[in-house]
Amino acid sequence: MASLKFTLNGRTQTVDAAPDMPLLWVLRDTLGLTGTKFGCGMALCGACTVHINGNAVRSCSTMISAVAGKSVTTIEGLSADGNHPVQQAWLEADVPQCGYCQSGQIMAAASLLAKKAHPTDADIDEVMHGNICRCGTYPSIRAAIHRAAEIKAQGGRA
Amino acid sequence: MNATINVSRRGFLTASGGLVLGVVLPGRSKAQQIGMPPPNLFAPPPVHKPNAYIHIATDDSITFLIPKGEMGQGPTTACSQMLAEELECDWAKVSMQIAPVDPASYGHQTTVGSQAIRSTWEPLRKAGAEAREMLKQAAAQQWAVDKSQTRAENGFVINTSTNARLSYGSLAEAAAKLPVPDSVALKDPKDFRIIGKPVKRLDTREKITGRAKFGLDVRPEGMVYAVLERCPVFGGKVASFDAAKCKAVPGVKDVVQTSRGVAVIADSTWAAMQGRKVLTVQWDEGAGASVSSAGIRQMFAEKAKEKGAVARKEGDIEAGLAKAAKRLEAVYEVPYLSHTPMEPMNCTVHAQGDSAEAWAPTQSPTTSRKVVADTLGIAPEKVNFHTMYCGGGFGRRGEGELDFVLEAAEVAKHLNVPVKVTYTREDDTQHDYYRPASYVEFAGGLDAEGWPVAFQAKIACPSFGFLRDGVDGTAVGGLSELRYEIPNMLVDYRVANTIVPVSYWRAPGANQNTFFAESFLDELAAAGGKDPVEVRRRLLAKTPRMLNVLNIAAEKAGWGKRLPSGHFHGVAVGNGAGAFVAQVAEVSVTKGKVRVHKVTCAFDCGIVINPAIVKQQIEGGVIFGLAAAMKGEISLERGRVQQGNFDTYDVTRIDETPVIDVHIVASSERPTGAGESANPQILPAVTNAIFAATGKRIRKLPVRLTNLA
Repeated sequence: MASLKFTLNGRTQTVDAAPDMPLLWVLRDTLGLTGTKFGCGMALCGACTVHINGNAVRSCSTMISAVAGKSVTTIEGLSADGNHPVQQAWLEADVPQCGYCQSGQIMAAASLLAKKAHPTDADIDEVMHGNICRCGTYPSIRAAIHRAAEIKAQGGRA
Repeated sequence: MNATINVSRRGFLTASGGLVLGVVLPGRSKAQQIGMPPPNLFAPPPVHKPNAYIHIATDDSITFLIPKGEMGQGPTTACSQMLAEELECDWAKVSMQIAPVDPASYGHQTTVGSQAIRSTWEPLRKAGAEAREMLKQAAAQQWAVDKSQTRAENGFVINTSTNARLSYGSLAEAAAKLPVPDSVALKDPKDFRIIGKPVKRLDTREKITGRAKFGLDVRPEGMVYAVLERCPVFGGKVASFDAAKCKAVPGVKDVVQTSRGVAVIADSTWAAMQGRKVLTVQWDEGAGASVSSAGIRQMFAEKAKEKGAVARKEGDIEAGLAKAAKRLEAVYEVPYLSHTPMEPMNCTVHAQGDSAEAWAPTQSPTTSRKVVADTLGIAPEKVNFHTMYCGGGFGRRGEGELDFVLEAAEVAKHLNVPVKVTYTREDDTQHDYYRPASYVEFAGGLDAEGWPVAFQAKIACPSFGFLRDGVDGTAVGGLSELRYEIPNMLVDYRVANTIVPVSYWRAPGANQNTFFAESFLDELAAAGGKDPVEVRRRLLAKTPRMLNVLNIAAEKAGWGKRLPSGHFHGVAVGNGAGAFVAQVAEVSVTKGKVRVHKVTCAFDCGIVINPAIVKQQIEGGVIFGLAAAMKGEISLERGRVQQGNFDTYDVTRIDETPVIDVHIVASSERPTGAGESANPQILPAVTNAIFAATGKRIRKLPVRLTNLA
């Protein structure tokens, strides 16, 4: 066990955890932030996607020791009241079906938009390829990412 | 303060007598005669109990209790629309909860067979109408007028003489004391203002903020975590185990044997997984250890030669084939498939002596509660059961052994704190109840003009467990109900069971048999020199709703018109969960690589409750079916499932998703199912297009196993 310090959703967080424990399980089991989901444990499905220093990362395959001193954002901290442009676009398009993969989809999409203000379909394919949705919300996800880009360009309000 | 619409629920129950409506299964009556699950699974909830569904608070907020589970298919919103329509409430004030397990109020609660809308279409609208009439009566009494002098509108009762208004919230307590009316008139569909509208889903906001609670998110006070090592061979048992190293892993609290394996209990999921890695289990693998996919296929092929039990018979197949100007034979096969919902199986149970609390993402709460109760040796009523959101279901969490619930209850028996059992992705893939592998020998005949006159399908497929006169209605579904009018038809069935557990998988039966039927029909069309759409039109002349969707899909897709270079069309129709569905796939094959560019789907599911949700189900069905067509295969060697995580059992990704063009038919027919209606047709639509592109007929799935270069 080791005491580790990092920034979580804007606040300083200290945890006692085995250094090789994945961030996913620290978030879910130790800290009770269950919005980040377990889907595969091998960085194959994207359900556990969070931001570390602004980059989309698979938390299931990121050891907590690697997070020390860094800034982690989860779905719970993406926006104060669920009004990130991606969330606004998701709400507008009613994207989720079962919803289980959507935290990861939203975090991946938010990271994409932070890097590319107006992603093309090919950009979306390249980034979102790693996020599985078994319900098949992909057409809505694609449309909502384009819409989120518009919302963002308008200053973040639909 | 909350007032239910009928405060005295007990007295209310007695008054209403808990009447249960008869079973209504549109489009399934024929199938019911050939070995289907017990119909009580599909029984509508008892009626005349508005209080079980509708809670109106004094602040005018309305909570609907929905007797169906939410796994993405949308019944929590669609059922709410049905209640709201008749209640005449303000949709903006509506929220919903999944109803508690209460058979007296809701009947057997299960969300299977695309029955959520079909089974509640009358009872929920009736409950809404009864509550509305009670609110009107309460207002009438307050105004000292006859109820006929009032009307209900958008959450208010209005005095039609004075235009005075009373909100539902202000009337709720008085209304709750009134008797439930003996009979209520339901609205004419032309007056619907909520049913048929693409209102926003009630579960979206919590699902985009991480607040929605799935089974895996449950965290009761004091909870511990468990994972199980299970025998890699079906039917195997624990011979012995050594937990010394496992117990030395930091965080591991205990190791216990269950009926199906060995559970590692720890203070986090991760610690339990680490402990499991160093757990040593000796297995008595049993007879399952010799099972392989090759052996199963050989058994199917031998079975297919045996005499079958008749599922469908028209005319005289022998004579039809003998007289045919041209004869065709073909063998088709599909592998086992895993359900692979995104949320792996899990369940949390807290045994508390003569009572218990349990949480599960389950399609079948009533049976799940019973599994917990039976395992703990207590009465079902003693289990406080919470039906959580399901991160996908597709049949995996439906009626059956409910292994994930059973295992959690078995582990909980050893503990006095809550325990959550979590499957890893590999556990989920390797310990599923699979879509059965299946094998069909076809024979067909054409007349001198090239039109089909004989159609024979000999099915060898594991049984889902319900036989009638030797026929498993689910295993033959999609072939036994074929809508084509062919004078000589025979569909028969042989039980071909293996040790591999099987169960319902989105559109059970139809998901493989539509591929078989629509592919072989395409073969007959090609052999007769006919256009695939033209043949189907002719054979569907007496099934207008199917003919209609075929015509719409063909027209919207531009069937027969010029396509981009290298693109080809394939078509398929099907009758899933009562709906009539036609799909046209536009496909190219370049250097052996298949690309599905566009899918056009015409869909008739009767009255549509929420077109946006139906569209989601069609898109999702197509994408789900594409995974089965292109990628899905569970194979066995030495009794072991060869696939584990998404690297070996991949599913459709966003970059493989075609444009999906959906056309929903306006209809006044009774609603059918939707969730399992659109995933079967895409398989043959794609493989028929591959044939058009390459001349190669795909008779075995997934497509990736066929060299198309």
